[in-house]
Order: sequence, then structure tokens, then C-alpha cells
Amino acid sequence: MFLLLPFDSLVVNLLGISITVLFTLLLVFIIVPAIFGVSFGIRKVYMKTLLKIFQWATLRIERGAKEKNHPLYKPYVNGIIAKDPTSLEEEIKEIRRSGSGKALDAPEFELSDIFYFCRKGIETIMDDEVTKRFSAEELESWNLLSRTNYNFQYISLRLTVLWGLGVLIRYCFLLPLRIALAFTGISLLVTGTTVVGYLPNGRCKDFLSKHVHLMCYRICVRALTAIITYHDRENRPRNGGICVANHTSPIDVIILASDGYYAMVGQIHGGLMGVIQRAMVKACPHVWFERSEVKDRHLVARRLTEHVQDKSKLPILIFPEGTCINNTSVMMFKKGSFEIGATVYPVAIKYDPQFGDAFWNSSKYGMVTYLLRMMTSWAIVCSVWYLPPMTRQPEEDAVQFANRVKSAIARQGGLVDLLW
Amino acid sequence: MGSRASTLLRDEEIEEIKKETGFSHSQITRLYSRFTSLDKGENGTLSREDFQRIPELAINPLGDRIINAFFPEGEDQVNFRGFMRTLAHFRPIEDNEKSKDQNGPEPLNSRSNKLHFAFRLYDLDKDDKISRDELLQVLRMMVGVNISDEQLGSIADRTIQEADQDGDSAISFAEFVKQVLEKVDVEQKMSIRFLH
Repeated sequence: MFLLLPFDSLVVNLLGISITVLFTLLLVFIIVPAIFGVSFGIRKVYMKTLLKIFQWATLRIERGAKEKNHPLYKPYVNGIIAKDPTSLEEEIKEIRRSGSGKALDAPEFELSDIFYFCRKGIETIMDDEVTKRFSAEELESWNLLSRTNYNFQYISLRLTVLWGLGVLIRYCFLLPLRIALAFTGISLLVTGTTVVGYLPNGRCKDFLSKHVHLMCYRICVRALTAIITYHDRENRPRNGGICVANHTSPIDVIILASDGYYAMVGQIHGGLMGVIQRAMVKACPHVWFERSEVKDRHLVARRLTEHVQDKSKLPILIFPEGTCINNTSVMMFKKGSFEIGATVYPVAIKYDPQFGDAFWNSSKYGMVTYLLRMMTSWAIVCSVWYLPPMTRQPEEDAVQFANRVKSAIARQGGLVDLLW
Repeated sequence: MGSRASTLLRDEEIEEIKKETGFSHSQITRLYSRFTSLDKGENGTLSREDFQRIPELAINPLGDRIINAFFPEGEDQVNFRGFMRTLAHFRPIEDNEKSKDQNGPEPLNSRSNKLHFAFRLYDLDKDDKISRDELLQVLRMMVGVNISDEQLGSIADRTIQEADQDGDSAISFAEFVKQVLEKVDVEQKMSIRFLH
């Protein structure tokens, strides 16, 4: 028993020292730069090293597959079948147009007309543009995450060791670090905004609230090891405008809000999210709706209009697509936000799936599982483009305006512009 | 995610499907990946709802009938074998297959089987005849609502008149084949080529 005691205190001491060291490192290298908005460039170096390792890993797999003379499963982004180039909608319109002509022009119909529709139908069953967009994007090279590997049987011993090392680093080093950071960020947000909320309204309060928000978003960005490149920052949204972006995952909000000041729009949730939301609204006016109010489109439109008309309030951040798409295309934008009549500032967000797929398949994973997956990926790398502001022209209606904005975003982000 | 396609489908199964349908190994793997991505319930079978979720299929006038073609009589679920068997009808006919031995069973993608597939899209009650009513139904689906019933009726009558040879006011499979082969190249229209 006595022999254990000194050993015990040694372990406790070591533990105490290592935790202190860890937190000091955390503070110096991550939190302080986050507060002031500077960066040491550690993440960029990390990214470059990872890329080199991934390329090596892919080469090994290909070599392994060649040795065993097996076909390798390579994902093909351009589809697997040669599709008929005519559009189904056009053909349907053709056939029906010829039907509504004068009584003398009977529409042409042959028994064999059925073949075209039959074939188009089977083509879409085999491979269609839309359903593809809803599953995670497939990668050309392996990024050492087992969740993206389709060729398990070709992994050599060296590769397995590397993968094991990767798992160790990600789960035992990066994950606790990230959780600690996320915890720090969220608690700072809640306490900071509550404290600022007690100040009297005025310029001081606005200034402080903006910076508290910004600081906490920056910490959260580092919690996810998100490496973001911003383009065209001179087009950033201004007060009285609406910022519109394509939606891939819940962290889109953090990515945008860490580079600008926004007012959030959304439904009040229960639990932790609700606490955060209620604290945030004390410091500056965000637009939160009760669940019952969300269904009332007029109420929603009215509150948003009131907000944008007040020039002292921050620009609203809206994701018009509604659901999460897998970041290869931009789906139909819902027209609600475009009816309000404010200036729209489009933003395109494109994630690089090499380091960690940010796509959230809400039918497959819950929020907590999703966040854990994010925190155990290597990094989240994305590019954000701020596009020049757009306003609704007098001769276009809300839907046309929405489509125009959507095309601009798709073009900039290199995403496919889909009709659905 | 549609992942791990090649590990969930066993090699023996792939061989069997290869023999039955004629698809290559990589084509079967790809279609299996597609099958799993359509299978939202992840239970290894597809239901009608899984097909109806494909937007382009929903606007296809023959969408429902094509979906029905996948499901065997009276069943609500189709497994991967059944899925492949139906898709096999659309495999292009290769030259070296045309002169295969006549003793074996007819391949699923033969011209006759392709024509049968299309015929079954018309012939709902499966009596091997396309009656005037069945033709009207398909016409209505394809041509839409802008055209009156009388016009539709006259088109149907004209079509039956052209094709009918034994005077029973219905189109049998043989009459259908004769009528269709004069106008179109069935192999080309009812075949889907794989890119790889």
C-alpha cells in the first residue's frame, strides 16, 4: 500500500502537468488567435501534409488491386450509362402540343411511341441526376477514412498501419481537442451574449455583441478544423440585405458567420440549441420563430420585412434550399425569401470532400452522430465566394428572381444547376 | 452512402446474375450500388415508393407502368435479382450473341423479349391482346388532357385498324411486332449502353 502512494501522486502530478500544458497550448495557439482573427498558418501546413499522404495511400491501393488482377471500383461522376440526349419534358410538351391543335390536325401517334418513354424511364431508374445528389459524393482517391473506402480487400499491411495511426490521431488527439474547443466556444457565446445583453442599447452594445459573436464563431471554426478560403470579400452583405447561400450542412452557418456579422433566422429549438438561441437574441436582434409561427407564411414574411427595413439591423442569413444537398449541385430555391424585396447578396459555398465530407444525410444520421463524424474527420476544407448583390427587376416575379440567384450561385461554385 | 458495394454482394451471386442477365462484373457492381442508394429502408428490397421517389420517373407518363414491370405478380417488394432481371431486357444485343446456340434459353435482352416488355406496358390484363380500352388508357396518359375523348377515340380506332389483321378489333403480340418492326429499330430504341 505504501509503495503505491508515491506512484499514485506521481501519476496525478503527471496528469495535472499534461492537462495544464494542453490548455496553455490550446489558449496560445487557438483561442487567442481566434479572438483577434489572426492565424498561424498551422492548418494550411496540416492540409498539405495530409494531401501527400492521401496520394500515397491511393497509389498503394491501385498497386494492390493490379497485383491481384481485380477490377477496381472507381466512382464515375459522369454517370454510368449513355443517356438519350433529348429531354423528357421537351418530348412530353411536343406530344401534347400536337394534341391541342385544331381538330383537323390529329396528333401523330404510333404504337412505337411508347418505346421512347419506356427507355427514358428505365434510364432514370438506372442513373438519375437528382437522387445522385442526395447521397454523399464519391471520391477519386482514398482519404484514410474507412467510411469512404470501397476497396477494402486491397489494403496492404503498411496501409493498414497508417490507417490505424490515423484512427488513433483522429479519435485520441483531435477529437478531445475539438470537443474542448467546441465547449469553450459555446459557453463563451452563451455567457458573453448574456453579459452584453445587460448593457443599455447603443453603439457600445452593438460593437460588443458583434465581436462576441465573431469570436465564438471563430473558436467553433477551429473546433472543426475548418480551413476556409474567402473570395471577393468586397461583396460581403450589408445591413438591410438578405444573404442567400446554398446549403450542405448545419455548419454552413458557422462558416459564414465567422467572417461577417449576420442576424440569424430560424425556428426555436429545445435543449442546448434553444439555450444558445435565447442567449444570442439578448445581445442583438435575431429572428427566431416559434414552431407554430413557422407555418404562417405571412407572419414570417412580415417579420423578415420589418427586419430588413430597419437599416441598423444586421443582414439576414437564409438558406433557401430547405434541405441539405450533397454539395455537387444547387436545387430549386424556395421563393419566400425573394418576395420580400430587399437586396439579395448571394454566397456560394463549396466543400472539398477530400478531407471530410460535410454533407449531412438527415435521413441517415442524427445531429449528434453527424457532429461526431465531423469532429473525427481530418478537416473541413471549403471555399466561400461572395457574389455581387442582386435585386429583383420590375418585370420578373419571385420565382424567376430566385432562379436567377440560384444560377449565379451554381455557376460560381462549380455546382450543377438543377431544376428540381 | 452506397458504399462497400463489392463486399456486400458475394462473388457467387455476381456470377449467377452474370449468367442470367449477361451484365459484366463491373456493371453489376455499379447497379448494386444504385440499388442500395434507392433502398432507403435498407432492407435489401425496393418497394414502389422507392421508385416513385425518382423525380424524372414521376413525370414520365408511363412511370407507374414501368414500375409495375419490376414487381412480380401480386408482390410489393423486389430484390436485387428481380431488379437486374428486369433491367437486363435493356442490355444492348452484342454481335457475338446473335449467333449463339439456339438450344439454350432465350437471353433476356433478345429482340423478342424487348418487344414483350413493351407489349406488357400496354396489355394491363395480360390477355395477350391490346384492346381498344387499353390503348385508350395509354393514349390518354401520353397525350395529356388537352385533347377530347372523341379525338382520342378516333386515333385509337385508326391505330387498331392499321395493325389489326385477323379482324378481332384488338392487337395481338404478333400484330404488334409486325406493326412496330416496320417503323423502328427495336434493338436500338430499347437498349441502354453502358459507358464503361
